[in-house]
Amino acid sequence: MSQQPLLSVRDLAVDLHLAGRALRVVSGIDLDIGRGETFALLGESGCGKSMTALALMRLLPDVGAIAGGHVRLDGEDILARPEALMRELRGQRMAMIFQEPMLSLNPVMTIGSQIGEVLTEHLGLSEGAAAVRTIELLQSVGIADPVRRINEYPFQLSGGMKQRVMIAMALAGEPELLIADEPTTALDVTIQAQVLDLLKRLQAERGMSLLLITHDLGVVANMAHHVAVMYAGQVVESGTSAQVLHHPRHPYTRLLLNALPEVTGPNQRLATIPGQVPPLDGGIAGCRFAPRCSWVQDACHSQAPEWSGASRDGIRCPHADTLPPLPEALRSMNPAASGTPQPPLLQLQDVRVHFPIRAGLLRRQVGAVKAVDGVSLSIPPGRTLALVGESGCGKTTVGKAIVRLNTLTGGDISFQGRDWSGLQGEALRARRNQVQIVFQDPYASLDPRMRVADILMEGMTALGVGNSPADRLKRVDRLLDQVGLPSAARWRFPHEFSGGQRQRIAIARALAVEPRLIVCDEPTSALDVSVQAQILNLLKDLQDELGVAYLLISHNLSVVEYLAHEVAVMYLGRIVEQGEAKLVLKRPQHPYTQALLSAIPRVDIARQPQRIVLAGELPSPADPPEGCHFNPRCSYADRTCRQAYPGSVIADGRAVSCHHMVLTGGAYVAAPVKPALAPDN
Amino acid sequence: MITYIIRRLLYAIPILIGVNLITFALFFVVNTPEDMARMALGMKRVTPEAIERWKAERGYDKPLLYNAQKDGPRKFTETIFVEKSAAMFAFDFGQADDGRDIASEIRTRAGPSLAIALPVFVVGLVTMISVALLMVFFRATYVDTSGVVLCVALMSISALFYIIAGQYLVAKVWRLVPISGYSGSWDALRFLMLPVVIGVVSGIGAGARWYRTLFLEEINREYVRTARAKGLSELQVLFRHVLRNGLIPILTASVAAIPLLFMGSLLTESFFGIPGLGSYTIDAINHQDFGVVRSMVFLGSVLYIVGLVLTDISYTWADPRVRLE
Amino acid sequence: MLPFKPALLWTDLLMFVLVLALLAVTWHIRRREHLAAPWRKVAMSRAGMASATLLALFAGIGLLDSLHYRPALPDEPVAAASKAAAETRYAVELRSVLDLLLDPLPSQVETTYSAPLATRAFNKTVIEGDEGTQRDYPRLRYGGAHLADDRGGVAADVAGRALSGALGGLAAGLGALALLALLLSPRRALERVLAWVTGNGHDAVHWAAWTLLGVTTLGGVLAALASGYHVFGTDKVGQDVLYQILKSIRTALVIGTLTTLVTLPFGVVLGIAAGYFRGWIDDLIQYLYTTLNSIPGVLLIAAAVLMTQVYMDTHPESFETVTARADFRLLFLCLILGITSWTGLARLLRGETLKLRELEYVQAAQAFGVSSWSILGRHILPNVMHIVLIALVMDFSGLVLAEAVLSYVGVGVDPSMISFGTMINSARLEMAREPMVWWALAAAFVFMFVLVLAANLFADAVRDALDPRTRVRGVA
Repeated sequence: MSQQPLLSVRDLAVDLHLAGRALRVVSGIDLDIGRGETFALLGESGCGKSMTALALMRLLPDVGAIAGGHVRLDGEDILARPEALMRELRGQRMAMIFQEPMLSLNPVMTIGSQIGEVLTEHLGLSEGAAAVRTIELLQSVGIADPVRRINEYPFQLSGGMKQRVMIAMALAGEPELLIADEPTTALDVTIQAQVLDLLKRLQAERGMSLLLITHDLGVVANMAHHVAVMYAGQVVESGTSAQVLHHPRHPYTRLLLNALPEVTGPNQRLATIPGQVPPLDGGIAGCRFAPRCSWVQDACHSQAPEWSGASRDGIRCPHADTLPPLPEALRSMNPAASGTPQPPLLQLQDVRVHFPIRAGLLRRQVGAVKAVDGVSLSIPPGRTLALVGESGCGKTTVGKAIVRLNTLTGGDISFQGRDWSGLQGEALRARRNQVQIVFQDPYASLDPRMRVADILMEGMTALGVGNSPADRLKRVDRLLDQVGLPSAARWRFPHEFSGGQRQRIAIARALAVEPRLIVCDEPTSALDVSVQAQILNLLKDLQDELGVAYLLISHNLSVVEYLAHEVAVMYLGRIVEQGEAKLVLKRPQHPYTQALLSAIPRVDIARQPQRIVLAGELPSPADPPEGCHFNPRCSYADRTCRQAYPGSVIADGRAVSCHHMVLTGGAYVAAPVKPALAPDN
Repeated sequence: MITYIIRRLLYAIPILIGVNLITFALFFVVNTPEDMARMALGMKRVTPEAIERWKAERGYDKPLLYNAQKDGPRKFTETIFVEKSAAMFAFDFGQADDGRDIASEIRTRAGPSLAIALPVFVVGLVTMISVALLMVFFRATYVDTSGVVLCVALMSISALFYIIAGQYLVAKVWRLVPISGYSGSWDALRFLMLPVVIGVVSGIGAGARWYRTLFLEEINREYVRTARAKGLSELQVLFRHVLRNGLIPILTASVAAIPLLFMGSLLTESFFGIPGLGSYTIDAINHQDFGVVRSMVFLGSVLYIVGLVLTDISYTWADPRVRLE
Repeated sequence: MLPFKPALLWTDLLMFVLVLALLAVTWHIRRREHLAAPWRKVAMSRAGMASATLLALFAGIGLLDSLHYRPALPDEPVAAASKAAAETRYAVELRSVLDLLLDPLPSQVETTYSAPLATRAFNKTVIEGDEGTQRDYPRLRYGGAHLADDRGGVAADVAGRALSGALGGLAAGLGALALLALLLSPRRALERVLAWVTGNGHDAVHWAAWTLLGVTTLGGVLAALASGYHVFGTDKVGQDVLYQILKSIRTALVIGTLTTLVTLPFGVVLGIAAGYFRGWIDDLIQYLYTTLNSIPGVLLIAAAVLMTQVYMDTHPESFETVTARADFRLLFLCLILGITSWTGLARLLRGETLKLRELEYVQAAQAFGVSSWSILGRHILPNVMHIVLIALVMDFSGLVLAEAVLSYVGVGVDPSMISFGTMINSARLEMAREPMVWWALAAAFVFMFVLVLAANLFADAVRDALDPRTRVRGVA
């Protein structure tokens, strides 16, 4: 980089003072961000990337403090500015957007006044001029009908719209640098695609610098020119994003990339990074990654590695260039068992789960949220069916219906050929061990007041698995061993474990009663990539070993690709496409599946399909659109689509519900229809 | 919205019936009118005639629930339950032991009660919010810590102490205002000043401390960080963003208390000799005038329910997210 | 042939049940690291430790005052004569161990008012002396009675007693610390005591030690003075005010703690049942507490207490002694206070349970077919326990203050029972006297303030430690 960088950070250190101890959460960061550049700061949770971002804005929480270093904006050290002058920079030269758009907007102020505040404060606009400018800003971030929107409150907007408003607010002061802290992590993948496109466009239009804080390697690949990888409060590697993502040098970056199902491919074991991030309360003598590194050498434990290379293109590992390649996958996974079709283990027939909406004087039912509206599925024994879709599509409700945690409004479920949804009372309880569930959030799914052994034995006791307490305790040991935890763990409490370990305990709890089917509800979405790999490997191993079937509920298609034999894509309470995983994910037929797949940011940009941008967001299941539910967002939609819900047809070896499947040479394919509806934003 | 209010008001009916049944049970079933008469007239040497007369004077000489001597619907209407308890739904409270009509007494006494309670409420709210904001602005400094300690100390002092010490110092030693009394005209200001000040001071500790935590909770929210990231000053953040959100629970909780202001304050009114409903209640308790106590219980419940409905309505007004349906 | 006969009042019994329950809970918590950890945070809080020490001392006094007995009456000549009636006769009046310890303070009754540390009465009366009758301030029967000359020697005597009392108290405090240290670790006891006293520890325990030393020193002064004077004066009937203050402590503690015994089952069971089962159970419980809440608290209490009064007056045969009668009324007051105050806790727990029931570990238990009551007991209850504890310690101070107000209104404890409320109530009329009789009122307010302040500070420390969000909820 020839010219002077816009933002130059040298040796930045941040301390958090918690419970009387100082944690050095950021220790000695160097960054150089050029003008008009997108710079990604990549790292897993707890690596200090958000604290770095907040420190740059000098917005650290009360317990945090900048412990040293310089931050130069255009050559001026902004850490030396008094607070009053710092305010002139915030919102004007540097702006920031945050991860949770729903929490980051003031709930009781109209969005117009929240944006207008920046304009009157920094640009000195009058109220009227500010209103005009606000409307322009909202237009530029793709919000339809901005004149009406300025008088609305945040709760009246969807998540994606809120993030657009946040972006408009950040742009209001015409900043030179925009810091985006995980801007799309809380959003669905199709909305994420919209927001990322918007950021890319705005950045190019305005020539602004963008500091993108993210954990998502795919987002980095698609957005960033340059990337710095953080681990345990330090930058371990930096370079252009193509260079870092395709030719990673630092062991951490290498393992991280190989932990991605997308990079590894479905029939191989994922690389895992054992252990966890070391505590940051000082006393780390050697390399911070040494305890988890596959190539670790003796010197690594005692000698802290120095940074080598330029600040924008270097690495913190002296051995990086002499490391042998990562051993090929330890063993190839069993190819998906095929051949003899087996009778299904579980079968859903036209299942409906509606939640009544009551209103009026007598609380009469005036409508229903049709969370699940006619879903038919079947899962063969020992196989994995993935149910994919955006949040709010009803996939979790299907999962809970299968575990009998809610009541069906219609349809029925059979298990091993026998009635399942009709079972009640004792009859149900006697068979509850057959179907179990693993939840998304490992922090909410284990009772903090119970010890691991009690957690694992709760189900055994309730369902009469095991003959005696001693026998059950023996089973506890075996289960812990199966999920890769030491048996010493049994008398400990959940808070003593990390997220990944907790998820192992949750899996062990489900396994404890020897189920034939486990519903895995987003089992890895709360976990970091490296931990996700461990859990995915574990799930796969357990299936091979025990022959248990999974219903995998996920929005993460690369996880699905890795684990699932079959895939069902759900949209607004119904299945729109269903078939063998390879077929559906490689050659999606339904326009929604196509859009969904294209929206995932791939690490390998060469494999990134042409982005199909979906207009708008998921409609409310209380009031689904007439005709095909997908028609308002579909670029193929025509009159038929707006009138009737399409029936299911077999096309290219899978079931698809779309009016535009036409028969060509024995197989249905999507009819090449011109887009009838231009995306409006 | 209208449907919602109607539904809430309908919901009030079973609650009032419940209150009515509880008071009926408490006053007439646990102890019979006979017992009450005995106690009112003195335990010893009470002739049965005197008891009968006492009961007849108050209309307690009828059966509780079922009057076998009458016929038709009057078997049920000419009972203590209908005449004394159910009648309250028509705000027919009957007479006090001194023969005065309770309903008209309540009407005349509500004025003085409000004259104390309303200023205490308004001035108190403003003071507590200001003190709380001050502590929040100086949070994590010694201003804040000493403020909290002071609040805890203030709320550890008995309300009786505030009144007695206030009366002693201000009225007796300094002779700034009269010790007690009331007058109907503007002259009342002289009498009201001290009780109002005492009322405000005695509530400040608990209130300010609670509001401070409400504000602190808001100040740690993410939208506040957004506001700071916009480059707003701490004062702008506090007044434009934090105050607006923090006030929602404060206002709605306060609205619930407004109707109950009519009930007056028991302690203040009796200490300062103000002829309001609070002192009326205390007198009734001391004279064991059950009719008045029952009426005040019913009135209090009605006002409480009005407060509940007002709270819900105030939510829609204060918080755009809440839509009643 | 005991020289006394133990007597157990209902409130005594319940107080000791409460103490046992507290010990059991402590034992339970100590064995579980995750439960003990937040309490260790309380131990780190200076105000928390100091206030806990004060509260423990108050509790000690209250418990000593809850050990009641009936002393044997001196054998009457007739009874002694007839050997057949070997039965000892016991006094009707109950005494407590505290009375025994304070002896002879309870019986040192003057004729009427006297100021703190006075040697002469507050009012002039006609004295018949050697030089005929004259109106003067008569010497007190007990206050300063040991002095030959009460005009000149008082100051010196008081100072001397105070000094020796302070030294004695300090020594006693140090002795208590040493004993405690010996019990905790016999080998390093001296080291420990030194650390406590010099404050070299890294936690707040030395604050507790300092508080203890401060209180014992002050207690020593009071005790030394009380042996010769009425430290806080006497009231209208000549009762020593210090004695009344010490007796009031038990009443305050009973009200503050036993009420929670009533609150707890209602609040916990109904609160979590409403939140967990929803539906008609929720509707019913909500209806119940809205109804109870809608009745103005003071009036409900007044009505209930008036009704008990009627009951007690019409059934005099049920109560053996005046004390038993007063105790019944006290117990009933706790009951009715509990009934009016469980609603706040129930509402709080209902809200929390509504959140918990949607949590995934509850759903996991449901997926195992675990019964609802097991889920309530195993998952919900332990996870709302911190709220219950916070609510309990927060309620205590409010209840102590409420007792004073209720007794003032006339619907509190029995007028014959000594409490802060009855003391204030009977003393407030004396404010109008010239010169003013201020000591009883002042003493009552100061001690009540210290008790309530300690309770509030302790509650704050507990809340900070237990509440994950560390915030005050609008506890009604």
